[in-house]
Formats: sequence, structure tokens, C-alpha cells
Amino acid sequence: MKLDEKFTPQTWPVSPETQTLEGKNKFLGFWLFLGGETVLFASLFATYLALKDSGSSIKANELFDPVLVFAMTMLLLTSSLTSVYAIYHMKNYNFKKMQAWFFITVLLGAGFLALEVYEFYHYVHEYHFGFKSSAFSSAYYTLVGTHGAHVLFGLCWIITLLLRNSKRGLNLYNAPKYYTASLYWHFIDVVWVFIFTVVYLMGMVG
Amino acid sequence: MSSITAKKGFGAILWEYLTTVDHKKIAHLYLFGGLFFFALGGLEALMIRIQLLSPDMEFLNEATFNEMFTMHGTTMIFLAAMPLLFAIMNAVVPLQIGARDVAFPFLNALGFWLFLFGGIFLNLSWILGGAPDAGWTAYVTLALDSPGHGIDFYTLGLQISGFGTLISGINFLVTIINMRAPGMTFMRMPLLTWTTFIASTLILFAFPPLTVGIFFLMFDRLFGANFFNIAMGGNSIIWEHLFWIFGHPEVYILVLPAFGIFSEIIPTFSRKRLFGYSSMVFATVLIGFLGFMVWAHHMFTTGLGNVANAIFAVATMAIAVPTGIKIFNWLLTMWGGSIKVTVPMLYALGFIPSFVMGGVTGVMQGMAPLDYQLHDTYFIVAHFHYVIIGGVVFAIIAALHFYWPKMFGTMLSEKMGYVTFVFLFIGFHLTFFIQHFLGLWGMPRRVASYLPGQGFELGNMISSIGAFMMGIAVTLLVINIIITFVKNKKVDNDPWGDGRTMEWAIASPPPYYNFKQTPLVRGLDTYWIEKMEGKKELTPAEPLGDIHMPNNSIIPFIISLGLFIAAFGAMYNPANIVKDGQPWAIPVLIIGLAITFGSMLIRSLKDDLGYHIHKEELEEEGGKA
Repeated sequence: MKLDEKFTPQTWPVSPETQTLEGKNKFLGFWLFLGGETVLFASLFATYLALKDSGSSIKANELFDPVLVFAMTMLLLTSSLTSVYAIYHMKNYNFKKMQAWFFITVLLGAGFLALEVYEFYHYVHEYHFGFKSSAFSSAYYTLVGTHGAHVLFGLCWIITLLLRNSKRGLNLYNAPKYYTASLYWHFIDVVWVFIFTVVYLMGMVG
Repeated sequence: MSSITAKKGFGAILWEYLTTVDHKKIAHLYLFGGLFFFALGGLEALMIRIQLLSPDMEFLNEATFNEMFTMHGTTMIFLAAMPLLFAIMNAVVPLQIGARDVAFPFLNALGFWLFLFGGIFLNLSWILGGAPDAGWTAYVTLALDSPGHGIDFYTLGLQISGFGTLISGINFLVTIINMRAPGMTFMRMPLLTWTTFIASTLILFAFPPLTVGIFFLMFDRLFGANFFNIAMGGNSIIWEHLFWIFGHPEVYILVLPAFGIFSEIIPTFSRKRLFGYSSMVFATVLIGFLGFMVWAHHMFTTGLGNVANAIFAVATMAIAVPTGIKIFNWLLTMWGGSIKVTVPMLYALGFIPSFVMGGVTGVMQGMAPLDYQLHDTYFIVAHFHYVIIGGVVFAIIAALHFYWPKMFGTMLSEKMGYVTFVFLFIGFHLTFFIQHFLGLWGMPRRVASYLPGQGFELGNMISSIGAFMMGIAVTLLVINIIITFVKNKKVDNDPWGDGRTMEWAIASPPPYYNFKQTPLVRGLDTYWIEKMEGKKELTPAEPLGDIHMPNNSIIPFIISLGLFIAAFGAMYNPANIVKDGQPWAIPVLIIGLAITFGSMLIRSLKDDLGYHIHKEELEEEGGKA
């Protein structure tokens, strides 16, 4: 059938992710889903700002460690860039390079997640700033933790895609899957930019 | 798969419905699931009305009364009205746009099963130690201190069913944007499709705040968080905002499809095209937009300040403008039409004055100073029942009669329908009209009883009598449905004779692939245009060819079951506020989530390419489709 059709770099369409109706639906549906996710994070941000420093003996500007968070930010922003390379190669029908760049994306994402786990551990053990400590801590861990859970989900997703398709190359059935996974990854990255600004930078100055 | 006409055993039919991804079968599931919860919510309403029948009644104690009105509201909104509307949308919208199915058939099934398992979980609270008792709004000032696990059933149950609603919303959006037949431009879409489109947009942007709010309440009660705990720096107003940022658009999520249904019924039985089609579309979009700007009118007495109250009051009153446009358009559609008063049309005729009354009291409450008087009285109860019963329930029952032939191939009895309408219409006004005055006389809502000599006796007696009349009406409707199934008298594609849109051009019920050839749409009221040119069928847009169909799958059921199991684990975890943690709770939570994510993994590992119905098979089935 058409979905299994073999392509060459010459016959591979310009936008392989929207060549089939299924692909088009996935593409649009995923964008809409991200719209809903935006509102979800907006609600979390609003709550965080309302509860910042509230009920906590330790304030945001005493807590956050800029060096660690900067390293995390660099890892995640770079991983977004590498996922762009992956999609670039996907569009050029270069399966091996796409896989390689997605693999690097996964490594960077895992690095980010490891640092985040360390960060949380650090706050809990050095500052006794746990999930239950105060309204501020609950709001902080829920906002940043929800983002972290998205990173974890994104990693599992991309790894699953890479393993499942490792032997069969690109086709019009899996191209939309790679594409939506990379959209998700960019979204996670954009949310982090806001967390970095609103939680950490604004937390350190105010 | 294609042996649709073959007789099947009960087991095979059950399995078919457990695994189906066909929008028409999912519509059946939503319909019967929704009707079940509608009956349950109705019984709860009758209990409330018995308790309030006369002063100092001791039919229910205060705690049970609280549970009763909480579950009545929650059930009716989340588990009855929305699924019943989803039933109509699923049955009709893909047909109206000339599509073979929705964009994501698998997710469509998942949405249903999530709703059902969430609803069952919520209602299990009755037998597992007490139902939620903080009102359907679950204000956290009450909800945090509620004894037992009632509120936890509320948070977890609504969370599960809420995911289902969000998924269905996205599904309808993509379906309507991507799957329209050639020629079906946006400004040729029937109004039910338009209102589904806007309601789905509202679902997409309104449900995430509810999800977040419910997560906060769940974390506070089950995992020791402090979002709403004032002693730890929390803030209970956050819940009110999140709830109503969801809660007000929810009103329009319910009522816009109802508007859509009446916008189909009125032109059909006036045998005249809808007056002011483009202004109807514009008004729908505007209502959807303004719906997000008015949530704080539910919080006038919270103390947000005069400026906030004034802004939200003005925005609220502005919604009366597009709604008024709609009312006048319906009236002008009937003006000069050749009106046939069938049961659906009767509901439409009853809807207009009833809904206008609900709208007028809405504007009254929109005036912030007056709302200080009306807040938390029976006036509010009267208002929202006028819009929800007079608007949504009338629309759902009208749509049941109108689309029953399209869903099941049979007609509900018109005669019984008239009797049902009389009981429902009179019972409804008897129940709720007097409640306006009870409210103005000072009777507070959500209070389990009242004293003799307060002047509330007669009003409450009338109201309870009305409620029982509505109970009779719903019983008649159920009997009507049963009789219709037993008789099983099949009808042809256009049983009303005046169908205007594409669903009436194909068999009742449609074949599982809907359209043998995708139709070509040449204008608004597609089928009407063809009929006026003396044709019996739609103009095809493609030659007869193979049709691609999705495979059935049990995975949506299992994904939902996993969350259902996980919810028990979350509820009885050792950190919960009730302090009845169980050692098995965390393992159960993990097992449940493993089932859910595991089946999602299986879904993504296993290619599901669907199958094809071949051209020859379609030709064999001949002209009957």
C-alpha cells in the first residue's frame, strides 16, 4: 500500500509529515493539543506567581542556584536545536543522520532531567524545601515538576520511535510521528524558557 | 467485518461495542451511558425535592442532602449533559460534513471509555464511604475539610472523564477542519457542525484549567500539598478562579450545541432556510469568545473589588447581544414558513420562551450590585435550570426524536412524544418558575430544610410537584425508547420528509462507511438543493473506489481501565488527608499506571494501518446504500 512505498531522496516529498490524511490530522491535532497544553501551563504559572514565597521560611532569592539552572537551560536549548537537525535530515530522507541527531537530543534531554533530579534533591536535603513544606514549595514543584514529567514523557516517546523504526527507514507512515515528537520537544523547550525567566530569573532578583 | 447484516450473538455484539471505533456506534455508547447517568441525576433531584417538600422534613439528613445536591449537579453536567451532546455530535457531525469517520477514530473510542470509567468511579463513592458533599463547584474552603473520601472520588473521577472530554474536543476540531467533503466550505457548514466546532474550541481551552485546579485539590488532599491551605500560605481563591475559568465556558460548551440542534430543527420543520445564516455563525463565534471573559461574575461576592466586578458585569451583559441575535433569527426563520409541529419542533417552540427567561435572569445576575442580593439563593437555582433544562435538556430530547431514525433506523412514537413534552414543559415551569420567587423571598440554596412559617411552604410544594411531573416525563421517554426498540419498524433515509443536510441523503442508519462516494457540496443545505432539482441522491465528488477503514481495538478500554485502577491506588495512598492509607495503595497506583502507559506503548509499537473495503464489495451491496 501507499504508506509502505519506498522512496529515494529524489522522490521523497517536501513535507512528508502532511502527505497522507492521517498525517495531516496528526499534525493539526497535535498543534491543537499544544494549544491546550499552553493553557495548562498558563494556569500553573499563574498559581506559582500567586503563591511565590508564600508560607515559606526560605524565599525564592535565597533558594535558586543560577549556575545549575543555567547549565540545565543550555542542555535543553541545545537539545531543541539538535531535534531541528534531526527533522532537517528527515525531510532530506537521510534516515541515519536523523537517528543520530535524535539520539543526541535524547542524551541532552536525559542530561537535563538528571540535573533537575539533582536540583530537587538538593533543595529537599540542603534547604528542607520539600513538596509539603509550604504553598510556595507545592506550587514550585508542581510547575517545574509538570515540565519535568513532560521531558520524561518526551524522552520515552522519542526513544520508542527510534527503537521501533530502527530497521525500517523512513516512510509516510512514520514521518508524521517523528515530526509531532519534535513539535512536542520544542514545546517543552519553550515552556522551559518561561520557567527559566519567570521562576528562576525573576525569583533571583525579586 | 463487512457482514453487517449477519445475525450476531450477544457476546459478539458486546465485543463489537467494546472495541468499536465507528463514530455511529460510539454515539450509541455515549447515548446510553449519558441516559443512565441522566436517570441517576434525576433520581437524586427527586430525593432533593422530597426532602424540601414540606418544612422540617427528615427524609434525608443534612449530610446526605449535601451529597445529594453535589452529585446531582456533578452528574448532570459532566456525566449526563455532555455525553448526551457528544452522542448527537458523534452521530451527526461526520455525516453533515460528508466524512467517512472522525479524524481519530481510536481517540474517539478512548474519549468515551475515559468518560464512562470516570463516571463509574465518581458514583462508586455512594457505596465506598460517602459521596462528595461540597457542591458541584467543590469550593476548597469546604472541600479540604470534607470528611471521608467523597471529594477524592470527585477529583479523580472528574480528572479521568475530563481527559476524555478534552480528547473528544480535539478530535471534533480536527475532523471539522480536515475532513470536510469537497465544496463544504466553512460558510456552508450546517449550524450543528458550527456549534460543535466552537464548543470543541471551548473544551480545548477551558478543560486544562479544570485539570490543573483538580490536580491541586487532589495534591492537597491526597499528597500533602498546600495550594489551598491558608495556614501554610495557600490561597483558596485560586480554586475559585480556575474552576470558573473552566466553569463559565462549560455553560457555553453545553448550550452552543443545543443552539445548533435547534438551528437544524427549526428550518427543517419551517421548511425554509435558516434566517441570517452568517449572523448565526458570527453570533456563535462571539458567544464562544465572550464566554472566556466573564468567569468572575460567579465570584462577585468573593470580594475582587468594584473595578473587577464592573468589568465582568459589562462583559456578561454583552453576551445577551449575540444570544438575542440567535433568538430573533429563529423567530424569523419560522416567520412565513410552512410550519409542521412535530415533537422536535414542539421542543424548539418550548425552548425559545423558556430560554429567553433564563437569559433575562442571567442579565439580572450580571448586574453586580443586584447579584449581592441574589447570590446563593434559589433565584440562582431557578436561573441556571431555566438555561440548562430549557436550553440543553430540551435540545437533547428534541435531538433524540429528530435524529433517532438516523441513529437506529426507527422512529420514536410521536404521540408519546407529545405527552412527554406536555409533562416535561409544565413540570419544568412548575418546578423552577416559583423558585425565582423563593429566592427573592430569601430562601438560600444548598440548605437541607426550612422552618414552618417562613413563607416557603407553598412554593416548595409546587416546586416538588413539578419535579415529579418531570420524572413522569422522563419515564415516558424511556418507555417510548423501549417500545420503539421492540417494534423495530424501519424507516427510509429521510423519514421527516424535509431533511436539508447531508445526513438525510444516506440510509438510516448509515452503512458503516457512511458515504459510498464522497459527496460534492454545492451550497448550504446540500440535500435540499439536490431535492429541489428533483434528484434523490447527492452528487458524488469521486468515482466509486476502495474505502480505507480503521481497525477495531480494545486498547481504548484498557487504557481507561488502567486509570480507573490507578485512581484507587492514589486515593488510599498513605499520605492522604483521611489517614486511612492502605499498604496496597502504592502498588495498585503503579500497576494501574503501568496498564495505561503499557497499552499506550503497545498501541504505538503495533502498526495499525486499517483495512480496505474493495470496490467490488461496495458494488455487490448495490443501490441500497
